[in-house]
Amino acid sequence: MPGFGFSLAFTLFYLSAIVLIPLAALIIRPWELGWNGFWAEILAPRVLHALKLSFGAAAVAAAINSVFGLIVAWVLVRYRFPFKRVVDALVDLPFALPTAVAGIALSALYASNGWIGAPLEKAGIKIAYTPYGVVVALVFIGLPFVVRTLQPVLTDLSRDSEEAAATLGATRFQTFRRVILPTLAPTLLTGTAMAFARAVGEYGSVIFIAGNLPMVSEITPLLIIIKLQEYDYAGAAAVGVVMLAVSFVFLLALNALQAWVSSRR
Amino acid sequence: MTTTTAPKMKRVAMKTIPILRPRAPTDDHPLVKIALSAIAVVFIGLFLFMPLLTVFSEALAQGWRMAWDALSEPDAIEAIKLTLLVAAIAVPLNMVFGLAASWCIAKFDFRGKNLLITLIDIPFSVSPVVSGLVFVLIFGLQGWLGQWLRDNDMKIIFALPGIVLATVFVTFPFVARELIPLMIDQGKDEEEAAATLGAGGWSTFFRVTLPNIKWALLYGVLLCNARAMGEFGAVSVVSGHIRGLTNTMPLHVEVLYNDYQYVGAFAVASVLALLALVTLLVKSVLEWQFADEISATHRH
Amino acid sequence: MSLVIEQIAKRFDRFPALKGVSMEAPEGCFLALLGPSGSGKTTLLRILGGLEFADVGHIQFAGLDWLSLPARERRAGFVFQQYALFRHMTVAKNIAFGLSIRPRKTRPTRAEIARRVEELLALVQLDGLGKRYPSQLSGGQRQRVALARALAIEPRMLLLDEPFGALDAKVRKDLRHWLRSLHERLGLTTVFVTHDQDEALELADMVAVMNQGRIEQIAAPSELRANPASDFVAEFLGQNAAPGVVPLRTAATRQKSPTDSRGYATY
Repeated sequence: MPGFGFSLAFTLFYLSAIVLIPLAALIIRPWELGWNGFWAEILAPRVLHALKLSFGAAAVAAAINSVFGLIVAWVLVRYRFPFKRVVDALVDLPFALPTAVAGIALSALYASNGWIGAPLEKAGIKIAYTPYGVVVALVFIGLPFVVRTLQPVLTDLSRDSEEAAATLGATRFQTFRRVILPTLAPTLLTGTAMAFARAVGEYGSVIFIAGNLPMVSEITPLLIIIKLQEYDYAGAAAVGVVMLAVSFVFLLALNALQAWVSSRR
Repeated sequence: MTTTTAPKMKRVAMKTIPILRPRAPTDDHPLVKIALSAIAVVFIGLFLFMPLLTVFSEALAQGWRMAWDALSEPDAIEAIKLTLLVAAIAVPLNMVFGLAASWCIAKFDFRGKNLLITLIDIPFSVSPVVSGLVFVLIFGLQGWLGQWLRDNDMKIIFALPGIVLATVFVTFPFVARELIPLMIDQGKDEEEAAATLGAGGWSTFFRVTLPNIKWALLYGVLLCNARAMGEFGAVSVVSGHIRGLTNTMPLHVEVLYNDYQYVGAFAVASVLALLALVTLLVKSVLEWQFADEISATHRH
Repeated sequence: MSLVIEQIAKRFDRFPALKGVSMEAPEGCFLALLGPSGSGKTTLLRILGGLEFADVGHIQFAGLDWLSLPARERRAGFVFQQYALFRHMTVAKNIAFGLSIRPRKTRPTRAEIARRVEELLALVQLDGLGKRYPSQLSGGQRQRVALARALAIEPRMLLLDEPFGALDAKVRKDLRHWLRSLHERLGLTTVFVTHDQDEALELADMVAVMNQGRIEQIAAPSELRANPASDFVAEFLGQNAAPGVVPLRTAATRQKSPTDSRGYATY
């Protein structure tokens, strides 16, 4: 069959030009600071705090999404209710809605005069311009990862084992906890990890609602931009490399997890 | 058949009392159903539907007139034009790449194939800001080629090429990752058959391969386009936010919002939100109508 | 204390799966539901197991209004066609499942459960395989794990859905004899579904031949061969019955077939 040489050559060229060489530029750049300089950059209090916030808020948001994403997926697969197709389509909104739009919408919604922010403020809870705001935005961005990963697996889940559990005397809750949940666990973990990975690097939906106070609600990607604006290319690259490294470790762990899961089936 | 069973069924019904029907063992308790449905609907309402509603309600807060004015203002129009232009360059590029990559991966065997598939997915796991950063590090004033570009009076960062590059990077895998699994699944039998019938490479591609993958291709292009038009983080790094010149629509939203021009910000945002809704609609229709032809994983 | 099924009818949407099925089987009977696919035999089995519900009709068993009990209170050991083993649990955990989920008051101690599991593993001739996962077993072994799991709850009746459907011919034959002897030992009322008339005639004390949601005939295998009640029965048994199959005679078949006394089992 024809076209192998041409298509492979084009693929490799394009991949190198767009992805590999630029990433190489990122990885090489910070070392002009030297080994110690690199670590000094990363361990600066402001950077450290931003990293803590980005990873911490992403973890909290992923945890929230794992619970509610499971419920949403379960309801969408198992129950019938009006407008189900609309709700199902809406789950993809965070994939389709530009992050800046999501950002200003969430910010307006949770601000002290917003539809949700106002009643919460009366109750003494402040979301916008605090780290909680970061979590809210990351929940928004991560939900579809959990739901969309779970849905096909839930659909394919055979009813046999649930029926078997029932004939063996299990209550519905016991069936869920001991049969359904363990079966779903690897998939749930995968979806949650994907939501987490996406949330760590998220920028657009967060910066509007976060308030961006240094040492309080400043996320790592924003810090990269600030360093760039100060022409601190090496510093920006150092922080970028750390984020890149972490997301790669995550990607590898995820692949290993999936390999492990499929080997058990 | 029906005439003989009907009287018998009637007799059955008279003779025996219809039994009380317990729940099927795989059915949840009605209260559990209501509670879980309520949680799901409230959660989606709070986190997904309300933000969407906010966009349109804020845009129209001071009437259609104000929203329309904000959209027809020259900077807004330039932003819309730039966004369309960037997507018009980035999407076809990634489409061609997706076709080439899936062709060589699906139809041929070679070493390092799995590594190649993994590498193609990289941009998905890179923060948008880092995606922009890498191009600044190459083409920026203090980047690898910064001085040379300056000497030759060329501009990439803070100009159209930089915005296109960042957008291409971010939307890089969309088409390829839709096509690769599908084409692997379809194999190469049909192409080989066409070749034995004397079809050349291009005519095989256009008459055999393309019809088999057209819906998946459209699906990938749709998602690629939505992201290309809506990308914010990566573009934000390379654009320089020059009004009327290097501001795409999402960047224009940011500028207006930071200027406290909420109606304008939300008016532009609602255009983007409409784009997202149309994307979702077309996507749902595609998934619903052509599930088998879109993804190998949908097939059983 | 026998199993009495009265006028069970069930439709799925507009398709009538069962059109008023009645029969009676003595306690300890090994009953086969035999018929082509779509005859309603699996639906009837699932109704007995509490996995499906009849639209009308009654079932009495062990002195209980059987249909008013939810599946988990029936203690009907159900063996699924594809075994439905819990893939994330070891064989031992699978077998112990029914005991370990009992409320604390009636739950045996850990040691007791472990002892029961060992016993059951021995009973189904899988000693030493307790630590394996289902994916590490052959089809025949999985089948026996599923059976042991069903037996662990000390079932009131045993329900088997095409128990040999997924196995190859050799394993099928061996398991058949083994199952029969197990039945003799345990004396549990057992209902199994099959579309293979050899299997039904060789294994069962009583065979109910089903067609299009009705019972065509219910009788002991010998009776069925000697006097098929309808063309359908004659044809279905004759179709590919292997010559020289000698039906096993047991206590239950020596009793009078309920068909004779009640008369409504055949339409």
